[in-house]
Amino acid sequence: MAPLLNIRSIAKRFGARHVLHDISLDVNPGEFLTVLGESGSGKTTLLRVIAGFEQPDAGEIWMAGERLDTLPPYRRRVNTVFQHYALFPHLSVFENVAYGLRVQGVAKSEVGSRVEKALGMVKMDSYVASAPSTLSGGQQQRVALARALVNRPRLLLLDEPLSALDANLRRQMQGELKTLQREVGIAFLFVTHDQDEAMALSDRIALLRAGALEQVASPREIYSRPATAYTAQFIGQANLLRAEIANGVARWGALAWPCDAAVGPADFSLRPEHIRFTAAPPADDSHTVCFCASIVRQIFCGATDLLEITCQSGHRLRARVPSRGVLEGEYRFEFSAADAVRLREGGER
Amino acid sequence: MELSLKHREARRNGAGWLAVYAASVFAFLYLPIVVLIVYSFNRDGVGGFPPQHLTIEWYRQLAGDQAIWDAVWNSLLVALAATVTALALGLPAALALDRVSFPGKALFRRLVLLPLILPGIITGLSLLMLAVFAGMKLSLWTVLLGHGIALLSVATTELFAGIQKMDRAQEEASLDLGAAYWRTFWRVTLPNLRLPLVAAALLIFTLSVDEIAVSFFLIGRDNTLPLEIWGRLRRGMTPEINAVSTIIFVFSVALILVSYRLRTRGAREPEGAADVLQATFQGDQP
Repeated sequence: MAPLLNIRSIAKRFGARHVLHDISLDVNPGEFLTVLGESGSGKTTLLRVIAGFEQPDAGEIWMAGERLDTLPPYRRRVNTVFQHYALFPHLSVFENVAYGLRVQGVAKSEVGSRVEKALGMVKMDSYVASAPSTLSGGQQQRVALARALVNRPRLLLLDEPLSALDANLRRQMQGELKTLQREVGIAFLFVTHDQDEAMALSDRIALLRAGALEQVASPREIYSRPATAYTAQFIGQANLLRAEIANGVARWGALAWPCDAAVGPADFSLRPEHIRFTAAPPADDSHTVCFCASIVRQIFCGATDLLEITCQSGHRLRARVPSRGVLEGEYRFEFSAADAVRLREGGER
Repeated sequence: MELSLKHREARRNGAGWLAVYAASVFAFLYLPIVVLIVYSFNRDGVGGFPPQHLTIEWYRQLAGDQAIWDAVWNSLLVALAATVTALALGLPAALALDRVSFPGKALFRRLVLLPLILPGIITGLSLLMLAVFAGMKLSLWTVLLGHGIALLSVATTELFAGIQKMDRAQEEASLDLGAAYWRTFWRVTLPNLRLPLVAAALLIFTLSVDEIAVSFFLIGRDNTLPLEIWGRLRRGMTPEINAVSTIIFVFSVALILVSYRLRTRGAREPEGAADVLQATFQGDQP
């Protein structure tokens, strides 16, 4: 399947500050792709470059065989949902949604039906005559979505569209957004700093760090096979184990597991939930790592407890176990060697 | 307990003095205007205290005074044209100040504001010299030119403030939805600036109607209203002038109130009042 959007080595500077370095990324048709990153990672700038509000200093953007980055924003078949909605305050909800159609010169009779359909899709059809200022944040968000989708763009850009909503509404809108995207089948390029949101919504996540892509993968893959220490810690929680590899075995303190990588130091990520209690004595199986550790701290999180444990060698780990009352003293733990994911050397940026 | 009572009493005292002080400042500011208005209804003219025999005789005389009405008409024409000129030049200047960066921008910004700070005498005199050099005959046209230029700074500052309050994302949304730059300007930028434009227009109109210093240098044969009044004063104060001044006063206050209401409605913040008054006095200073 040919990608819908093809971003090739985009770079952007603001003065002396490099905001984007050599970004290459594809968006597939009908895909929900999330660009995830901390504030200042350049994710909004990337979105604005695609929309045409910023010019890249290097690189090209192509959409369906057409060069996009040389076109002015009003010629690009992408539409944007802005962070603070940016509805036109002097126009009614209907006229806001009709704006793009009227500009394109769509026939009057068609404008009415398409606007009503778009507003119906976001359940705002009873507000056609309202002024945007009389709507709540969530309602304005829906109108902004309808205003963008009514133009049937090939790609919809969403710039942290849920960040201005309170937590409950936000969760509800996440669900609706996902359903809507499935219904219309338009590719969404969604920008957020919220990793839970990214995990819940996306087909793929592109993790951006200081203007460069750290990893692009599906939520499950990026969680279970993080490529770098940064990814492992940004998405979910992770124990970082700095092990030494020799003779096909990785050693971290008293713990050891098989690893066929080259000799030398290597970082591993181990999710807390992959560490579990075990009663059995050490099995003869080298693929399960068993160790004794004492509990330093126990944090109750409802269904689970987050434990801070210290191995006999003094190394610390975090383990997430099902809740079962207050724990004290020393216990026997184990994890599967396969859950210790070797990380790529990701230097500080 | 007693301490706090004393404290409260002291504070009440302080507030009392403050009220007296404020009242005397207000009296100083407005008593002359009150006197002017009261004597416009006094049969015996400006002489004599207290005023006796209320009459609207002076207003009746005023109504039949063709020279005054010509001057009023001239003033309105000049003010209208100056408003259009100042806004037409001030809007691009304000837009440029807000969003374009060009060499010498800081200088340009100060130069645009200069007529606001310069005494009107200097603006008037330099424009007079320009008119002489250019071989223009002094007339209402030169006055209109002078007002347009002198009030351009008011238009620019007022509109600049409005543009800065505007949400830029709206223009981006318009571009995003397929409207090119010019269309975006007409359909999104300009409607968003409607209130600042109307407020600035009212302010400029008011300032132009009672402008003297610049007009004085540039006036030809046809007088504007303030200059007509000025001319008559030299022949002695008549209650007819009180009457016409009263009308101007009411008219100006009404315009400024409308302008203030528009601004506060647009911004939903009370600072608008201070801004309008400040701009008014700055404009009046020369």
